[in-house]
Amino acid sequence: MIALYIVTAVLVAVSFVVDRHKTLEGIKIGVKKFRKILPNYLKLLILIAVVLFFTEGLIVKYLGQENGLIGMLAGMLLGSATMMPGFIAYPLAGVLVERGVLYMVVAGFVTTLMMVGVLTYPVEKEYLGVKGTIIRNSVSFVIAAMIALSMGLVYGEVFV
Amino acid sequence: MNQAKDAKKSIVKLTAHGRNYLYFGLFVAFIAVSFLLKFEPGVEMGNNFYLFAKDMVLILPPAFVLIGLFDVWAKRETIEKHFGETADARGYVWSILLAATTVGGTFVAFPVANALYHKGARYSMIMTYVTSASLVMIPMSIMEAAILGPRFTAVRILVSLPLVVMGSLLIEKVLLRLQYRIPEVQNDG
Repeated sequence: MIALYIVTAVLVAVSFVVDRHKTLEGIKIGVKKFRKILPNYLKLLILIAVVLFFTEGLIVKYLGQENGLIGMLAGMLLGSATMMPGFIAYPLAGVLVERGVLYMVVAGFVTTLMMVGVLTYPVEKEYLGVKGTIIRNSVSFVIAAMIALSMGLVYGEVFV
Repeated sequence: MNQAKDAKKSIVKLTAHGRNYLYFGLFVAFIAVSFLLKFEPGVEMGNNFYLFAKDMVLILPPAFVLIGLFDVWAKRETIEKHFGETADARGYVWSILLAATTVGGTFVAFPVANALYHKGARYSMIMTYVTSASLVMIPMSIMEAAILGPRFTAVRILVSLPLVVMGSLLIEKVLLRLQYRIPEVQNDG
């Protein structure tokens, strides 16, 4: 986080020395883009706050399935529908593993949590377009399933 | 007072912008009341909101300054050469490395990908970039390895990267067949 500020400050300074006019122009573009997208980010934050409230309980409840594949699917659906910062998701994943939840289930959950963003749609569609967003997330869901299954193979949880 | 007026005006005009700000105002009011009345679900949602908002408030402004600078400095030919049609496989490596070092994950990667695209990067490169931004962020992966074990992280990253590149090529094929173009985000707004 601090690194981001240092890098930004250094680049702005260098840019300013090289071409004052262009630098101001660039910052203006950045500010305009930011103002334009800000309401979408706000919408996203509200969605996350509400959905997280309703799904937290479900995660602990449904991921401990007896059947690995069903558990994996449940994990993937919950992971797609939710969003969490890493410092909450990983400790939670750690707790799940300790409780005996399969690695492939945890992998399905964690991977879709990061890769598939239903909630980020209001922002993503502005930058990648509606079709681009839908196709990318669908492909990501399939990739997440392959990752979860590989995890199952590596940890000896599924047999082929 | 003025804000309330603006909000009212926007209902009349029904601009997407105004509506979003209005929802946000209502949400904040709901959270504030929840905290006052100690309404548990509202308090918890407020805490969830704060968790993400805190990071975004800190990360987004410098990120957008950098995007603005990229817009004025990056030459179209350079981006085309490294991320465009004529780029070789090294472009994917660059996309993944850029993703690994993008602070803020996909929230920041979306606008960056859009900027790259409009400077001449091809679909498969920006899709690789966005998707790996959620997979290989360095600080996150370190945390993951510490909690779930290095084997978990290694398998996840090694399995996902080739799939992400292949998936991105597939997405590109579909989007090209649809003759799709990502709409330009206008700078005036």
